[in-house]
Amino acid sequence: MIECDRVTKIYRNDQVETVALADVSFKIEGGEFVAVMGPSGSGKSTLMHILGCLDAPTTGTYVLDGKEVGKLKDDEQACIRNGKIGFVFQSYNLLPRLTAHKNVMLPMTYGGIPKDERIDRAAKLLSKVGLGDRLEYKPSQLSGGQQQRVAIARALAMNPSLILADEPTGNLATAQGEQIMAIFRELNEQGHTIIMITHEQNIAAYAKRIIYIRDGKVSADNGNHGRRKAGNEEGGNHGPV
Amino acid sequence: MVGERPVTKRVAITDLFETASTAFEALMLNKMRTALASLGIVIGIGAVIAMVSLGQSSQKAVEMQIQSLGSNLITVMPGSQMTGGVRGAAGASTSLTYDDAKAIEVSNEVTSVASVSPEISRRAQVIAGRNNTNTQILGATPAYAEVRQLFLTSGRFITQQDVDNMGKVAVIGPQVVSVLFGEGSDPVGQTLRINGISLKIVGITASKGGSGFMNQDDVVFVPLTTAQKQLFGIDYVTSISVAAKSEAVMNQARNEVGYLLLHRHKLTDPAQADFSIISQEDVLGAASQIANTFTTLLAGIAMISLLVGGIGIMNIMLVTVVERTREIGLRKSLGARKKDIIVQFLIESSILTFVGGILGVAVGISIAVVAAKFINLPFSLSLPVVLLSIGVSCGIGMIFGLYPARKAANLSPIDALRFE
Ligand SMILES: Nc1ncnc2c1ncn2[C@@H]1O[C@H](COP(=O)(O)OP(=O)(O)OP(=O)(O)O)[C@@H](O)[C@H]1O
Ligand SMILES: [Mg+2]
Repeated sequence: MIECDRVTKIYRNDQVETVALADVSFKIEGGEFVAVMGPSGSGKSTLMHILGCLDAPTTGTYVLDGKEVGKLKDDEQACIRNGKIGFVFQSYNLLPRLTAHKNVMLPMTYGGIPKDERIDRAAKLLSKVGLGDRLEYKPSQLSGGQQQRVAIARALAMNPSLILADEPTGNLATAQGEQIMAIFRELNEQGHTIIMITHEQNIAAYAKRIIYIRDGKVSADNGNHGRRKAGNEEGGNHGPV
Repeated sequence: MVGERPVTKRVAITDLFETASTAFEALMLNKMRTALASLGIVIGIGAVIAMVSLGQSSQKAVEMQIQSLGSNLITVMPGSQMTGGVRGAAGASTSLTYDDAKAIEVSNEVTSVASVSPEISRRAQVIAGRNNTNTQILGATPAYAEVRQLFLTSGRFITQQDVDNMGKVAVIGPQVVSVLFGEGSDPVGQTLRINGISLKIVGITASKGGSGFMNQDDVVFVPLTTAQKQLFGIDYVTSISVAAKSEAVMNQARNEVGYLLLHRHKLTDPAQADFSIISQEDVLGAASQIANTFTTLLAGIAMISLLVGGIGIMNIMLVTVVERTREIGLRKSLGARKKDIIVQFLIESSILTFVGGILGVAVGISIAVVAAKFINLPFSLSLPVVLLSIGVSCGIGMIFGLYPARKAANLSPIDALRFE
């Protein structure tokens, strides 16, 4: 469902050019649970933003569910962000003015879900992440782990097939981090594709496949990569990427 | 299982009411700024409403006054008619006489005229006992009461006998009564002096209202001949009021009187006429036009302050957009389309100007009511003007909010999210 073909991202600021991604190519099938690892500044977040339709590659193509995202109109991209992708940020990014309940309802407002259903679904999602008793709390009244769980509930609001998480446990203690990962594992078992960035080996261990990035390039695509390749060869449908 | 939602099928505009309440909450976060931003609109709309209302009030006052003079009235003034209805030095001329008036009355050629009232109007000092006042002296014949629909509260009006004998009598208006003799008193039988001549008060007119330049209560009536020979030493009249038999024959009356006077003055070319004829309609039209021009001018000036208010709104909205860049980025990353962001900010700026507009209407009406009372005008303000200005204030919110809203909507989601 995800296909990156020689994706390159170059930031141009004044005279300085920064190559954040250089010819990155890979495929991720629906239902995979992928961890992206790599040193700081290697381009992981940049890659994630492109996968999340928040940013466009400088060159190369990103195809999501058979559509080349770069060729879509603004509003079509907004629809994809709304309906197909749930994004979990390292810094939660909740709206401080709104309660947990209303924060979770936000994507549904843009998705045109009727109000009653919005209220209902948001409450259910918050219960699912263990915050059924915190609906009316504002972000400032919640702990870091709780805020990240609100953010996950929000990412699930439109029931997206793809969940992207940029260091979802980066700001959390180990115990809270494991709570989050348990939720991710359950979501993956339900069929959501999950791609997450992490620095921690024990977090990455939850994933079935790990992609290593270094200096804007895929340096290793461990475990699953080989198995998937083998599977492809058995099917005979796909050549090597 | 994971739902595969159709990507393009979405409700066109998110629930407007909800957006409005979100916008309201956002505005309430910074009450002082919100208040100051709408203040510009409050002042602008307030000024427009006050100006238009005062304009309408004075127009109404003019209409009421002129209506009260009688609507089938035409007035013959000495002096020539000039282009565009503007007469030069009218009234200074001496071309009309009492005999002209008599001729109009008796002529067989003039059939559409009901009554004819020659008049002399001058200002003079009037003395009664220790009190004195400067007021309008009106030399008149009995026809005046008929032509102007004048009524008396006490005594009688000037009679033909008074006119024929140059009687030393006077009929005074209620305002003169209160100035010279005290309010509510009945000075019939007492005397007053004008230019050294003693006149006996024989009647008091009923109040006709009116104020300022056409106050019909602040006047002293004397027989026409007395005014001409005894008080002012002149042999002309300053105007002749003619009442047509009905409004329908106004034009006919105008023509008949015109031809008769041309003939009497031995003139053949109407362009050389040494008099001019004005109907109440002309006066009404001219006065309304002046009031209208004035209203437009004042409203125009008030509009400028509205424009300034609008720029203030734009300024605040631009600041808001910068402040909330991260919020905009987040909303876009959650799937807000450009349209959604634009609507959000437009609603916010429209609420600012809508509330400002309503408050402005309240302020404007208050100012107009107080001012109308102060300068003695009947308060008047038409509903369409109120609705229009509230509409205009919302429109200002839209127009001046559009640029900031578009600026917000065009932010790239990731740049906006990363904004510090
Ligand atoms: N907006 C930007 N303008 C210029 N350069 C940028 C911008 N964003 C990222 N970069 C550069 O691109 C490179 C990759 O950044 P990125 O944020 O993707 O790293 P990362 O792998 O997520 O690092 P970390 O693990 O520290 O989050 C870095 O060298 C960074 O300096
Ligand atoms: Mg990063």
